Amino acid sequence: MSSPPPQWVVTAPPHVKGPDSTPRIMWTVAATLMPALLAGFWVFGISAVMVVLAAVIGCLVTERLVGKSGTLTDGSAMITGILLGMTLPPGMPMWMAFFGGVFGLAFGKLIFGGLGNNVFNPALLGRAFLQAAFPVAITTWPAPGGSFFTLKGDTFCLPLMTPSLSMNGADHLAGSVDVITAATPLGAMKFDHATTGIMDLFLGRTGGSVGETSAVLILLGGLYLAYRGYLNWRIPVSIFATVALFGIVLASIGYERYPGGPLFLLGAGGLMLGAVYMATDMVTSPVTNKGAWIFGLGVGVLVALIRVWGGLSEGMMYAILLMNMLVPYINKKTQPRVFGTGLKKAEAKA
Amino acid sequence: MALFTHEDRAAFSGGVHPPESKELTAHLPIRRMPFPDEVVIPLSQHIGGPSKPIVGPGDHVERGDKIAEATGFVSVPQHASVTGTVKEILRWPHPTGNLTHAIRIVADPYSAQVARPRTIPEWEDLDQAGLIAAVQQGGVVGLGGAAFPTHVKLSPPEGKVVEHLILNGCECEPYLTTDHRIMVEYPGRVLTGLLIMMRAMKVKSAMIGIENNKPDAIEALKAEYERMRPAFQNEGAHVEIQGLTVRYPQGAEKMLIEALTTKEVPSGGLPIETGVLVQNVGSVASIAEIFETGLPLVERVVTVTGRGIERPSNLLVPIGTKLRDLFAACGGTTFDARQVVMGGPMMGPSQSNLDTPIVKGVTGVVVLPEAELKTQEEYDCIRCGHCLDSCPVYLNPQRLGLLAKNHRYADMQSDYHLQDCMLCGCCTYVCPSNIPLSQLFGASKAALRNQG
Repeated sequence: MSSPPPQWVVTAPPHVKGPDSTPRIMWTVAATLMPALLAGFWVFGISAVMVVLAAVIGCLVTERLVGKSGTLTDGSAMITGILLGMTLPPGMPMWMAFFGGVFGLAFGKLIFGGLGNNVFNPALLGRAFLQAAFPVAITTWPAPGGSFFTLKGDTFCLPLMTPSLSMNGADHLAGSVDVITAATPLGAMKFDHATTGIMDLFLGRTGGSVGETSAVLILLGGLYLAYRGYLNWRIPVSIFATVALFGIVLASIGYERYPGGPLFLLGAGGLMLGAVYMATDMVTSPVTNKGAWIFGLGVGVLVALIRVWGGLSEGMMYAILLMNMLVPYINKKTQPRVFGTGLKKAEAKA
Repeated sequence: MALFTHEDRAAFSGGVHPPESKELTAHLPIRRMPFPDEVVIPLSQHIGGPSKPIVGPGDHVERGDKIAEATGFVSVPQHASVTGTVKEILRWPHPTGNLTHAIRIVADPYSAQVARPRTIPEWEDLDQAGLIAAVQQGGVVGLGGAAFPTHVKLSPPEGKVVEHLILNGCECEPYLTTDHRIMVEYPGRVLTGLLIMMRAMKVKSAMIGIENNKPDAIEALKAEYERMRPAFQNEGAHVEIQGLTVRYPQGAEKMLIEALTTKEVPSGGLPIETGVLVQNVGSVASIAEIFETGLPLVERVVTVTGRGIERPSNLLVPIGTKLRDLFAACGGTTFDARQVVMGGPMMGPSQSNLDTPIVKGVTGVVVLPEAELKTQEEYDCIRCGHCLDSCPVYLNPQRLGLLAKNHRYADMQSDYHLQDCMLCGCCTYVCPSNIPLSQLFGASKAALRNQG
């Protein structure tokens, strides 16, 4: 017998371990965001790069300074930063995006105890903060197109400076900034009852925030994550089905104030990004599969109500944040049927 | 692919599929290891009352002699696994991690280790009561890991009728190839043991469930059944040999019954409530073996494997053989071996001491090298829900884990069915945050037992 090691390691079973780990899930999610992110950069140019960079830096700095040590590498702060950046208008001043990231991380996640303990999606909480603090800047949408290096807003504006664009709407004064703003498809629909071509919506040739332009690339990323088991496909499917049903009903009764059909509702605005990447945030969505269906249904109903009858043209952010609050209750009410209980043999997790 | 060569029956939902790692030993015939210089036979190798010693220091014992007797019905006797001299009765490391009473026997270096003439009657003459007595006297317990006395299973409670006998040949734990080799090399013993049970208990229908990663075992049993068909037909009995989806824990009693009969064992109930009796193929083969050789259960097949062992093997091992003697028979451990697991890697306890003996319930010993140890950092739960998807009995390990960390054991029991957890380890296997869920649940169960 060869010489034995000095000591045998004793641990609890199981002694084999699956390949998944929290950092691996987080970094994979971040990686699948890249195609849609790069598409946003390509459509909106350098301003989009800057606003996403600012949001990411805001998140990473906060995680590093406020969070527990070593949590920077788990990748979750990176995702929050990217997602927040993707929900912002490309021309937004960088300092605002930065503070959106700081707020989202600090009050959306770290104050609850860090990754895994938060109630709300931190990226959306950051965006809600920006929506309340800078309502004009966050609804000023530059039109796509132009040279990559053309600034599309007051990207480098500093706090307390008078921003040319955000404060004065389309009356841009700064000479170096050459900006044409455009209504988002949802805004055009809501306030002018004008439709946008479906192909433009799905391929990303529309005005809007950095990440809500290409529905196709977001869907592809989501499909890959669902295949890997890193997102619960029931949530986006449930959202899509609910919203599509709304669209079909509205179209079939010929509701004049909102003539967009189901495909318009699905493809426009932040619905794709929200349904695929934000509503499915593991921490803030139900753990049970039955709960996932209910959660998606709730988000779908809320987003349709807000878009069609609410005061805002977009509704994804509030729809998800509202449903986030209900998650503990949904979890409690959708416990799986334990093996060998209940009379008939039903699906445990529908 | 094996999946398509055999009828693939829908299995239970949930479960996991870790790397099987059975290729290390699946092709290796069972070989008898040399008799060790001494064996240590624990008095408690089964569920139920520990056996009571009937020998003392200095007594000479022959291989197969009874050295401790059963204490009550849910108990079995112990037998000497070598010819030699009883040295002492002492407290000794047990695979469960405790010190328990054991009988230490020093082997007679000049003994040929042949068995005495038979002490077990012929099975053809036995009725159910006779069979139960003979199986208890043979010291047979479940060899699949749980070590529940086999004769107790053969006597169903009043008013319960066994409609189907199910033989468990799943061997769903990674690495292990014990049952696999028994089915390939001794299909006759498996089917003879089955016939003995069916005849004594007057059961007409039996099923053998085998995971589809063992096509040679399925073939061997089917061929043997063709040969033995007249004997089964004499009893009016019918046996179905069924390939099953490869997924852990397919071999858990509840999962196997669900896969073969689509019935769910009621929560908190026994399999007999679905009219089913499940036995491990190795246990059934050992029933046939005690009648065939006349020798009680004094040895068992053990898979000694893992990348920390020089020569992985399927060994026929005398009960009470110490781990260090077992390893010596397999070329020793590798220089980087760091962990010794008794049983499969999903549920088997790891060992701190190489003097720990092989007991009747030990299906295999897995030696893991340094590189395969679990040393991942634990994160907070991110509520991914993978544990819920993997739980074969549909518990909510996410919630249970949170409650366990807050010591809310009573709530775990009353609201979240902790008692239904089999500690199979699936939730822990999939958890991306490396939360030791099954360890928490085991500790919670122990805490409740101590309170109650």
